[in-house]
Amino acid sequence: MKAYLILEDGTVFTGVSIGSAREVISEIVFNTSMTGYLEVLTDPSYAGQAVVMTYPLIGNYGICREDMESVKPWPDGYIVRELSRMPSNFRSEDTIQHFLEENDIPGICGIDTRALTKILREKGTMNGMITTKEYQDLSEPIARMKEYRVTGVVKATTTKETYVLPGEGKKVALLDLGAKRNIARSLNERGCQVTVYPADTPAEEILASNPDGIMLSNGPGDPAENVEIIREIRKLYESNVPIFAICLGHQLMALATGASTYKLKYGHRGGNHPVKDLETGRVYISSQNHGYAVDAESLDPNVAKPAFVNVNDGTNEGLKYVGKNIFTVQYHPEACPGPQDSSYLFDRFLKMMEVND
Amino acid sequence: MPKNPDIKKVLVIGSGPIIIGQAAEFDYAGTQACRSLKEEGIEVVLLNSNPATIMTDKDIADRVYIEPLTTEVVEQLILKEKPDSVLPTLGGQAGLNLAMELEEAGFLKANNVRLIGTTAQTIKKAEDRLEFKETMEKIGEPVAPSKVVENIQDGIAFTNTIGYPVVLRPAYTLGGSGGGIAHNEEELIEILGNGLRLSRVGQVLVERCIAGWKEIEYEVMRDSAGNVITVCNMENIDPVGVHTGDSIVVAPSQTLGDKEYQMLRTSALNIITELGITGGCNVQYALHPTSFEYCVIEVNPRVSRSSALASKATGYPIAKVAAKIALGYTLDEIKNAVTKKTYASFEPMLDYCVVKMPRLPFDKFISAKRTLGTQMKATGEVMSICTNFEGALMKAIRSLEQHVDCLMSYDFSHLTDYQLDEMLHKVDDRRIWVIAEALRRGMDYEKIHDITKIDNWFIDKLAIIVEMENALKAAGEAVKAGVPAAEALSEELLKEAKRIEFPDNVIARLTGIPQDQVKALRYERNIRAAYKMVDTCAAEFAAETPYYYSIFDGVNEAESTHDRKKVLVLGSGPIRIGQGIEFDFCSVHSTWAFSREGYETIIVNNNPETVSTDFYIADKLYFEPLTPEDVESIVDVEKPDGAVVQFGGQTAIKLTEALMKMGVPILGTAAEDVDAAEDRERFDEILEQCQIPRPAGETVFTAEEAKAAAHRLGYPVLVRPSYVLGGQGMQIAINDQDIDEFIGIINQIAQEHPILVDKYIMGKELEVDAICDGQDILIPGIMEHIERTGVHSGDSISVYPAYNITEGNVKTIVSYTEKLARALHVKGMINIQFIVDGENVYIIEVNPRSSRTVPYISKVTGIPIVPLATQIICGHTIRELGYTPGLQSKADYYAIKMPVFSFEKIRGADINLGPEMKSTGECLGIAKSFNEALYKAFQGAGIKLPKYKNMIITVRDQDKEEVIPIARRFADIGYKIFATKGTSKALNAAGVKAITVRKLEQESPNLLDLVLGHEIDLIIDIPHQGAERSRDGFIIRRNAIETGVNVLTSLDTAAALATSMENKARELTLIDIATI
Repeated sequence: MKAYLILEDGTVFTGVSIGSAREVISEIVFNTSMTGYLEVLTDPSYAGQAVVMTYPLIGNYGICREDMESVKPWPDGYIVRELSRMPSNFRSEDTIQHFLEENDIPGICGIDTRALTKILREKGTMNGMITTKEYQDLSEPIARMKEYRVTGVVKATTTKETYVLPGEGKKVALLDLGAKRNIARSLNERGCQVTVYPADTPAEEILASNPDGIMLSNGPGDPAENVEIIREIRKLYESNVPIFAICLGHQLMALATGASTYKLKYGHRGGNHPVKDLETGRVYISSQNHGYAVDAESLDPNVAKPAFVNVNDGTNEGLKYVGKNIFTVQYHPEACPGPQDSSYLFDRFLKMMEVND
Repeated sequence: MPKNPDIKKVLVIGSGPIIIGQAAEFDYAGTQACRSLKEEGIEVVLLNSNPATIMTDKDIADRVYIEPLTTEVVEQLILKEKPDSVLPTLGGQAGLNLAMELEEAGFLKANNVRLIGTTAQTIKKAEDRLEFKETMEKIGEPVAPSKVVENIQDGIAFTNTIGYPVVLRPAYTLGGSGGGIAHNEEELIEILGNGLRLSRVGQVLVERCIAGWKEIEYEVMRDSAGNVITVCNMENIDPVGVHTGDSIVVAPSQTLGDKEYQMLRTSALNIITELGITGGCNVQYALHPTSFEYCVIEVNPRVSRSSALASKATGYPIAKVAAKIALGYTLDEIKNAVTKKTYASFEPMLDYCVVKMPRLPFDKFISAKRTLGTQMKATGEVMSICTNFEGALMKAIRSLEQHVDCLMSYDFSHLTDYQLDEMLHKVDDRRIWVIAEALRRGMDYEKIHDITKIDNWFIDKLAIIVEMENALKAAGEAVKAGVPAAEALSEELLKEAKRIEFPDNVIARLTGIPQDQVKALRYERNIRAAYKMVDTCAAEFAAETPYYYSIFDGVNEAESTHDRKKVLVLGSGPIRIGQGIEFDFCSVHSTWAFSREGYETIIVNNNPETVSTDFYIADKLYFEPLTPEDVESIVDVEKPDGAVVQFGGQTAIKLTEALMKMGVPILGTAAEDVDAAEDRERFDEILEQCQIPRPAGETVFTAEEAKAAAHRLGYPVLVRPSYVLGGQGMQIAINDQDIDEFIGIINQIAQEHPILVDKYIMGKELEVDAICDGQDILIPGIMEHIERTGVHSGDSISVYPAYNITEGNVKTIVSYTEKLARALHVKGMINIQFIVDGENVYIIEVNPRSSRTVPYISKVTGIPIVPLATQIICGHTIRELGYTPGLQSKADYYAIKMPVFSFEKIRGADINLGPEMKSTGECLGIAKSFNEALYKAFQGAGIKLPKYKNMIITVRDQDKEEVIPIARRFADIGYKIFATKGTSKALNAAGVKAITVRKLEQESPNLLDLVLGHEIDLIIDIPHQGAERSRDGFIIRRNAIETGVNVLTSLDTAAALATSMENKARELTLIDIATI
């Protein structure tokens, strides 16, 4: 079946429908990872967005369910150049086609994803529609596209109930803002007992459990939208509990302490971004997925200092809080997909909790 | 960390002559590195014995030494030039080994020279088997477990700890004989028992068998601050067991999930960190196909063939960055040359698929075994880029210059199912074609996978190609049944066929629709190639470097600009015997010269190893097959003002007619004149007009006609196809039987062109490269071959200036050259080969193009031949450019070009020299005296004699008289001579002492025992010509080569070697050719 990707600037790509044939409007973003399409699909940070994979051959190794980063796929739509008709990998359980159908995710294949990526790079992230309907007049769908906003996505992706990953070591409270599984797993593998809390859990409740450390997870959407959560995070900041935050967690901590965030033109999504540790000068290749960034200019130097910076565009990639046992990063030390080079940050967090004893 | 200010003058060591396993990639890496160093204000001293390289140009390095790569030379050079540092990681294994020897001997330290880019410790950790194993164990990286055993019990006990199957490798046996794979105890006892008996030292290595596992490679980089990145990973389609240089390789990996990808990536980064490498490194893995188990196979602590491939596949210039790192820079200080916005500290992301295919030499070595194994056999490779795997593979196939253009090109349809099954078990260069045939017959993937271990994902891709063949055949049937072509070959079908890169001619063949009509249908429906950019970042950042590949499923990105005149430079394709790196040298220089003339330059080529496919060279690089259709698609977009074909060897020349049809003017010599030089009848007319004699000859099509012609001419005759390079298929026939055999071989490949039969004249062979502006002719020099006619010019030792001809000969040669260049209206380059027999001079061959001798003649005469020819093509004249026409006065130096062979790599190949070229590379000896130049040339070619001072001589009856003085000279040097009965008798009768040895078929001790006894260092064996080649001689020559004995099959070469040894220079004089 024919499918169309219509962008709000009026560009139309014609391809073949994959997954659900349902019409969807979403924010279109691109990811440059060459492997890890299932991890991308199941990363809750993509809630409210449709993802373009720039690598043209997707689905080669099928679906290995144990690689899922959450219980289900989150993107509104999936855009690829070519889906493999025959996946091949010893762990493969299913095809990506079937996975999309099963989860009612609409998508389109057979389009020039590079041309699309260039549009997004030059004009910035924009909204679009995936549909199997042929529109004669685009003004009506474009009007609808223009109205689209990514909202309420943290609430949609966070856990509904508190749960515990048992461990003998440090007690970590993980605030799930739309967390990828490997954050909790990375801590759990290091012996931590991880208690995962819904995003709207009051700070008091978390602090009352006397955690050795608090972890703020990644998550989707515009950080500034999460006014109530930010208020609670401010309270966590004021406690003496060591805190490590990733991605959305990093942005919310910055907002909670008076800094501001802004939307990047087209974000950073992929597994090749270099970040520099400003203390050591070392550069690490990182896994990234964010459309917003903390404005380094807005930082109060008495509160937080930049700890990591993106080598490519100089945007802020991490903060160290003055006089606090708090450090936060914009990128993804939990990888999945992407380089594992920054997993040492979890060790640093563990050390911080030990020192705090 | 900024640049280390103590580094001011660096010695860069190149890799020497092109041999199998060490090809043009090191010229690419070395050239890039030298430029990178010079950018930083470093004074560069370059040493490389290979004159055909760009790196040995005076514009690339400050001081250039084309000298043998021996420790003595490097020591002398260091004392002379006093560099403060040596950069050894860019010259392949040859360069690295040299540096290590000097380091270990304490020479570098004693002379205050530091190694940069690596340390001796790093090299040892990576290259010493035991140290490597210990290092890997220390950081928990698995290597295939192995143990040396001396009896069967130990073998069984060890195998029980690691599990079956195991590979058994007996120590010190020839070519791995006596080894094998044991799948159970019974087989183990048998093979191990045999291996222990055969091993000279009674030892066999028992190793966990990882054959059939996925072979994955990572290219990684590290700087002195410890920052590490991955440039690229690659997956071999052929699983472990086939050398990666002979495998079809895809980048990035296709069948690895993120878990496997990251697992191996992390491992590679841990390894480069532990080894402490500063620069690039290649790590090869075997990955178990059904688990996460893996083994590290090998680490190359330097740039390599794979790193050149990775650079071209991603746009990330590994060698350039490695050179900067060697100076002390860190990755985050080095700009990404493609985007100019980002830095070298990032990992390239591909939004396309790259396929590399090896170029194997079995078309030259027809007697060689085609089997592929752990010894690399490919002379070169091609790369292609597409948005889908099928398309990349189809493009790579037609880039091979091997008469293949699709999966039907090797026909296995005549095999029975049983035979096909057997073929599938054979691992050779035609494996994917065999699989395609199996798929056509409906064999299921699982069975193919079980036999070949090739991943099902790749098998499915081959199946998609086969399905397209069937769909097109079905369309053809429909056409036959009366359906209009436009309907049968529907838009949808045609689009899909083009998306996976079926060329028009294959579509035409399958559908029966004429190719013109297929093309017309395509253009009508606007199904045209579009071009995408290789930008290192999957379009995330805007890139400025125009490096393009074609696709049929997307929007064109290549912007055609027309502010300047625009020239298309056609490259020379994969390195193969007969068409080597020389043509890349010419293409690159021509491109630079056009650029200086104000032209916009566009290079089309498909060889990832070369300098020409470095995106810095031309204004635009199209990484594409060199077929008429692929070139026409580029022409459609770029609309060049002209194309130049005379610098890209036969590959480019072959495109002349097609370019004319496209309406692209051929710059330089007109297409019609190119044709006149290649067309036998037209050329004969020209010779007649100019009154120039040539050996009598005729043009024929069949064996019968050939025999008739031979009888008219009288045997011996030369038989060869027209329109070939490197004497492909050329043979000397001495009787009818030979003709039948040779024509049979020639006709294995469909011939559009006739076969030439010429009278064979024995004489001296001379060669001239000249430049003509249409009026005046400039002849830089005359070269003389040491071997008489009958040995291909590429395999002959070539001496400049000619040393053994009369003034009369010189005059005749100059006059013939001038007459021919004018008659052919040459504008640019011409290459002519002559036979001199007394005062008679004959023409053998004329090539209206640049030849393989151009680089070395340019270097020794200091005349920039290619740039001059290019300027002339642009409309300048020789006089206007400040040169006096005619033969230039001799240079102050003798330059001797020595061919280098890779015979030991190709099992079963006959090393006998003849009219068909067999050498893979060359080196140069340059000196004030002939003798020193000759000595240097032999040294450079690795012929370092004497060792044991024992030699064998065996010659034909007609050579006996001639061999006597040569044998006497070797005896005088101190050689003990062994000879077969007849030869021995003749030698002793002439007073040269020789010991008679038994022939092969006789009982021990015979010739072969002597060879295998490792005490012979030289064999002179003159085989019979024609098909009468003795089986004995073949066996002796093969065994000699495989045990490292030097074998000469021409008396002229033998005499030259004697001269060289008699005049062994005490101290060589090193010549900086940048001052010539």
